[in-house]
Amino acid sequence: MFNKKRIFTTVAALGVIALGLAACGSNSKSSSSNSSSSQAKITAVGSTALQPLVEKAASNYQSKNSSANISVQGGGSGTGLSQVQEGSVQIGNSDIFAQQQKGIDSKKLVDHQVAVVGIAPVVNKDVGVKNVSMDQLRQIFTGKITNWKQVGGKNEKITIVNRVKGSGTRATFEAAVMNGQSAIKSQEQDSNGTVQKIVSSTPGAISYLSFSYINSSLQELSIDNVTPTSANVETNKWKIWSYEHMYTKGQPNKTTKAFLKYIDSTEQQKNLVKKMGYISIHDMKVSKNANNQVMEEH
Amino acid sequence: MEMQGEKNISKHLVRKQDSIQSKFIKPSKATREDQLGKLICYLSIGMIVALVVCILYFITSRGLATFIQNHVGIWQFISGSSWNPGMVDGSGNPQVGALPMIVTSFGVTLLAALLATPFAIAMAVFMTEIAPQRGTKALQAVTELLVGIPSVVYGFIGLSVIVPAVRHLFGGTGFGILSGTLVLFVMILPTVTSLSVDSLRAVPIHYRQASLALGATRWQTIRKVVLKTATPGVLTAIVFGMARAFGEALAVQMVIGNAVLMPHSLVSPASTLTSQLTTQIGNTVMGTLPNNALWSLALVLLLMSLFFNLTVRFIGNWGKRKYES
Amino acid sequence: MNPKRTNQIATGLIYVLVAIVVLILAGLLGYILVNGVPNISWHFLTSGAEAFSAGGGIRDQLFNSLYLLVLTLIISLPIALGAGIYLSEYAADNWVTNVIRTMIEVLSSLPSVVVGLFGYLLFVIKFGFGFSILAGAIALTFFNLPLLTRNIEESLHNVSNLQREAGLSLGLSNWKTISGIVLPAALPGIITGVILCSGRVFGEAAALIYTAGQSAPTVNYLNFNPLSATSFLNPMRPAETLAVHIWKLNTEGITPDAHLISSGASAVLIIVILMFNLGARAFGNLVYLKMTAVK
Repeated sequence: MFNKKRIFTTVAALGVIALGLAACGSNSKSSSSNSSSSQAKITAVGSTALQPLVEKAASNYQSKNSSANISVQGGGSGTGLSQVQEGSVQIGNSDIFAQQQKGIDSKKLVDHQVAVVGIAPVVNKDVGVKNVSMDQLRQIFTGKITNWKQVGGKNEKITIVNRVKGSGTRATFEAAVMNGQSAIKSQEQDSNGTVQKIVSSTPGAISYLSFSYINSSLQELSIDNVTPTSANVETNKWKIWSYEHMYTKGQPNKTTKAFLKYIDSTEQQKNLVKKMGYISIHDMKVSKNANNQVMEEH
Repeated sequence: MEMQGEKNISKHLVRKQDSIQSKFIKPSKATREDQLGKLICYLSIGMIVALVVCILYFITSRGLATFIQNHVGIWQFISGSSWNPGMVDGSGNPQVGALPMIVTSFGVTLLAALLATPFAIAMAVFMTEIAPQRGTKALQAVTELLVGIPSVVYGFIGLSVIVPAVRHLFGGTGFGILSGTLVLFVMILPTVTSLSVDSLRAVPIHYRQASLALGATRWQTIRKVVLKTATPGVLTAIVFGMARAFGEALAVQMVIGNAVLMPHSLVSPASTLTSQLTTQIGNTVMGTLPNNALWSLALVLLLMSLFFNLTVRFIGNWGKRKYES
Repeated sequence: MNPKRTNQIATGLIYVLVAIVVLILAGLLGYILVNGVPNISWHFLTSGAEAFSAGGGIRDQLFNSLYLLVLTLIISLPIALGAGIYLSEYAADNWVTNVIRTMIEVLSSLPSVVVGLFGYLLFVIKFGFGFSILAGAIALTFFNLPLLTRNIEESLHNVSNLQREAGLSLGLSNWKTISGIVLPAALPGIITGVILCSGRVFGEAAALIYTAGQSAPTVNYLNFNPLSATSFLNPMRPAETLAVHIWKLNTEGITPDAHLISSGASAVLIIVILMFNLGARAFGNLVYLKMTAVK
């Protein structure tokens, strides 16, 4: 009995001490390993949408280069940009240009565009509309059109599900569609999956999604009779698209550079990028800059 | 020789005396253990306090930056109803009015707690007073299971069950405070129930025996003796339930509509402090106004939770005094 | 109205309320299990996740959840025990104690994302842990301490004072009385606290995204060296738990069977929690019978 109690006491004491030691110990250990092996270890944080692609690419890369140690995490584009700017991570994944993010000094960062994502308006299947004009789409989101019958659908109130302010999808949509006007206040959701579920289950709902999340439970809209397809994005006939960026602070070091090069390789762009539902950066016939100006690629 | 022998003996005696004396003066093993145990406890609580102070300082310093660095008026923050921290309004002030979210957070938390309390108390009474048998064990196991279901699962079930149900029964889109309340009700029920059960169990059995011996019915015993005695514990249970409701983001955000609008009915889309905080924080950059404003929301959340906490305690004390007098 | 009638009405009302709750609980669990169990297979439990094709499993996520739980309990249980003992046995009934209690309760209302970001800035960045299970466990400790401490305090408090008096009158020291008599007697309550706390560890996502991370690198289950980067026991590796995986599948999942995996994973999660809860209770009862003179 007495031994048991002593064991208990010791365990409790050890627990407290171990915690303290763990805090200090790992601190010194990892800070030293940081300095010595900063080349081998790559941490990428940021965009949740881009995370699966980079994670898969990293695991492919690691199976070829066993010395590489790449950790890919989410956290949002803002987190990615601010952490790479502070130098706490090697790569910041972002859905938007660094120039578009407040509080980021884009001159310090180097942009590596790895994929293109197309975005299309989607509606609940019951509204009976398959095509709208750009102008009508804008008026829906500014709240000037409030009923589907105004755009040729059935008599039903429009429920707008917008995307979260500051998110890459919203920024892209507003740049391409809103023409400087601000959207009416409405429901806002932050993830493709949630939007997909809400639009498919709410009568009269409209929102917009990345191409890869559009499935048979929703109706995508054509704009001015242009259908949302990869081919139309490549020629900029379909206007709502954006890049997926991987930013580094200054020029990347050797390991990071090799990894970025790997993602940009023809093999990865042809297979992985397409399978993950993105459009390959190699297929683009136009390019876009941070001010949303589109140029023909030569 | 003899002299020396005597000296030796006396020396030996002195030494023996010394060791006995020191044995009495020195703290015993039990005392040392006692002190060690006490030390560990003080260390633990010290750590928790340090941690709490750390987090509070962290949130306060960042939350106050909105007012100190970005020169936003506190009143404007609390009473304004337009929330769009990235933009400025007509007169050049940033749009950081948090009132709609404060009202909504307040509303869902209060409603969920009001709804959950009778159910939780009924469950606790059932489990401790009416049928403390096998079935109760199963009930407890199931309630505890609910704590572990990820919020996103609650959210999706809410989206596929509660939102359509609310839409059919009450009209509108189905998104709103009502749906949020219903989801939160289920989420906080386990916490409130299991803490209430603990505090009802803690009421000594002889209280009940005394009451029943006086001829009171079971309900009279429960209401006037058991629940009265357990009131502080039940109140703590409610406080923890409300705390959980306050802090919940993902599930609520999916069913409440997540629109920063002043709620004008229980079925109009609204947004809580927590869901704005959670959805926006990954998209903002530390040190900028939009980010600071979010930390201010966290600060408001803390203050509101403090307010709830103190109110519940006050009611508890008041009830106790009334009962005792 | 006579008291007997009131008694009947009140009892009836309690039965109705309990029945409603039971219906809700049964419906909820039934919904999750009916949707999920058909998707569970041996292959599902023992293979890794897929990025974009169908047929992925949850092996790594399941293990990570369990490992994270163990680490979190190792860190938080001693602290909560110490703090609980302090609050129930040593603390004077004055304003300082009240302030401490209020602070702890207020802490538990923090949204998980705030705790996650705090853990991220302090441990992942400042202390250089990187995205790791350890950082996740510490963040979850922040989360669990309030409820666990409160629970332990309450269950210690509920031990009758007669027991303490008996211990002290036998000449036992204060500490001996607490650790040898009061603590074992309070064990069932403490186990409840541990179970509630483990539930939150299993179900938490937002705090872990910023600390333990949301990627599950391939690990080697035969490498028992906790310092090796590929070992499954390494506490410094990033780890995606089951709840984070479910969150990711539902929000950004692009595999064609994301919906099936997520419902299957939810069902697995519930079954694992149930097994853990039953196990913890059985273990607690065993220790309780051994250490106290109940039977």
